[in-house]
Amino acid sequence: MDDLYRANILEHFRDPHHKGVLEHPDASYEDISTSCGDRIRIDFAISNAHIADVRFDGQGCAISQAAASMLTDMLPGLSLDQALALDKQAILDELGISVGPSRQKCATLGLNAMKRALAGDHWVDEDEEDF
Amino acid sequence: MTATMSGIREATDPSCTPTVTATATAAIAHDSAIDWRAVKADFPIFDHEVGGKPLTYLDSTATSQKPRVVIDTLHEFYSHHNANIHRGLYALSEAATAMYEQARAKVARFIHARSSREVIFTRNATEAINLVAYSWGRANIGPGDTILITEMEHHADIVPWQILAQEKGATLAYIPLDPATGTLQMDKLDDLLTDKVKLVGVVHVSNALGTINPVEEIIRRAHEVGAVVLLDGAQSVPHMPVDVQALGCDFLVFSGHKMCAPTGSGVLWGRRELLNAMPPFLGGGDMIRRVTMQSSTYAEPPARFEAGTPAIAEAIGLGAACDYLSAIGMANVRAHEVAISQYALERFAEVPGLHIFGPLDVRQRGATFSFALADVPPHDMASILDSEGIAIRAGHHCCHPTMFALDVAGTSRASFYIYNLNEDVDRLVAGLHKAAQIFGV
Repeated sequence: MDDLYRANILEHFRDPHHKGVLEHPDASYEDISTSCGDRIRIDFAISNAHIADVRFDGQGCAISQAAASMLTDMLPGLSLDQALALDKQAILDELGISVGPSRQKCATLGLNAMKRALAGDHWVDEDEEDF
Repeated sequence: MTATMSGIREATDPSCTPTVTATATAAIAHDSAIDWRAVKADFPIFDHEVGGKPLTYLDSTATSQKPRVVIDTLHEFYSHHNANIHRGLYALSEAATAMYEQARAKVARFIHARSSREVIFTRNATEAINLVAYSWGRANIGPGDTILITEMEHHADIVPWQILAQEKGATLAYIPLDPATGTLQMDKLDDLLTDKVKLVGVVHVSNALGTINPVEEIIRRAHEVGAVVLLDGAQSVPHMPVDVQALGCDFLVFSGHKMCAPTGSGVLWGRRELLNAMPPFLGGGDMIRRVTMQSSTYAEPPARFEAGTPAIAEAIGLGAACDYLSAIGMANVRAHEVAISQYALERFAEVPGLHIFGPLDVRQRGATFSFALADVPPHDMASILDSEGIAIRAGHHCCHPTMFALDVAGTSRASFYIYNLNEDVDRLVAGLHKAAQIFGV
């Protein structure tokens, strides 16, 4: 358990990177977890189909906020296709912890907001499975 | 199917206790009659560790654990008595019908109803409220009428009324919550209780704050303007003596699964005159008197409101749960929760940065504690406590308006019941210290 709250996660929670909003974002989305009420808004400045700048704002648990902060570190400079190719595992690897099923939605809240912002209607939920 | 209860040395009859909220001192005097550790031993879930730690279950507000006698009742029913009820012309069905109706009578006695015909089995309290909103509400609420509820309601006592108000052009008004005390602003009642108010819906004990609301006063004053009162007893019926006749409410709803019974068992109690005048909720078998090609006449209550095969075993399990709790005595249950609340509040005071929402006087609250520890987010608190084998709930508790009033996104919530002991409080407090250490608060 103490592993779930490793120093890097608490550092990102206490001192998040890219926290804030962009005045005129090219893409933006706010996602709210229906189960816990955690909220992440993510704003993008996009130039030549690449991410020029990113900000996130939100409220919620340490996992959701730290994961969003770490995500924003990964994004600047990526092409939209590269950003959309990031999956749940990329976030979990960055967190460096094993996250139980009840907390996976926390870890992927920022990722899902990013996909909604960048892909709009074509986005598929990370947690949706095809049957 | 006998309700064996090892936790009792000297049981008192709960029907001798007409008071709705036992006072702390009187209740604690009763408390000594019960061996609560033996009560805990009645619940098989505690026989096993969770993740190598003993289970500290502090989420009974969401659902209670089940005593062996209730689990055995389900097993015995399906092993020896299973048949569909009503109209079966064979012994097995007649016996199952009798058991189902006996369970109804047990529920009626448990809440001191005049008659078991006032007891309707539903899936849960939510379905019971929806039944009232759909049946009584559609027949009695019109344009310009007001439905008055409170900012402390569970979504189950908000959304059905929103749907009804939107459909009928009625107004949905709220008795506000005082965020500082976690109690209703009763001084607003005079302005809110106009003659337009046709129904008042109020939660007896808040699932988010633990607050015991002054429902006797609300019922009396609502009746003065001719309104009908629905009491949400989901967090009171499992925890304290509730007497519908003494309270004078018009409808009472509660869930069996929060009072030691199986999931899928819930109750709507309604005053006979109201139920008799109400149109059906769901249409189907069992709720009719005669069906022709174009129309039907309907059965008397309670059958009118129990279309289709009900949750038979679960209802019989609820009857067994009523027997079990009655053997302990609901005044004793309340006394135990007052005592554990007193101890919890004393221990909580030792934790720096811990804020308890809701009343701090145990006479004004149930054993449900919403709290915030500095800025530790509720979900992280729940994960850290889970690693210690402690099950709590975190979030909005299906009470968005309550959370808005408190100006928080959510809270952490620990709730205590008959199988909890002071050592569970100690484990919780140790877990709080661990969370404080991890988050550096």
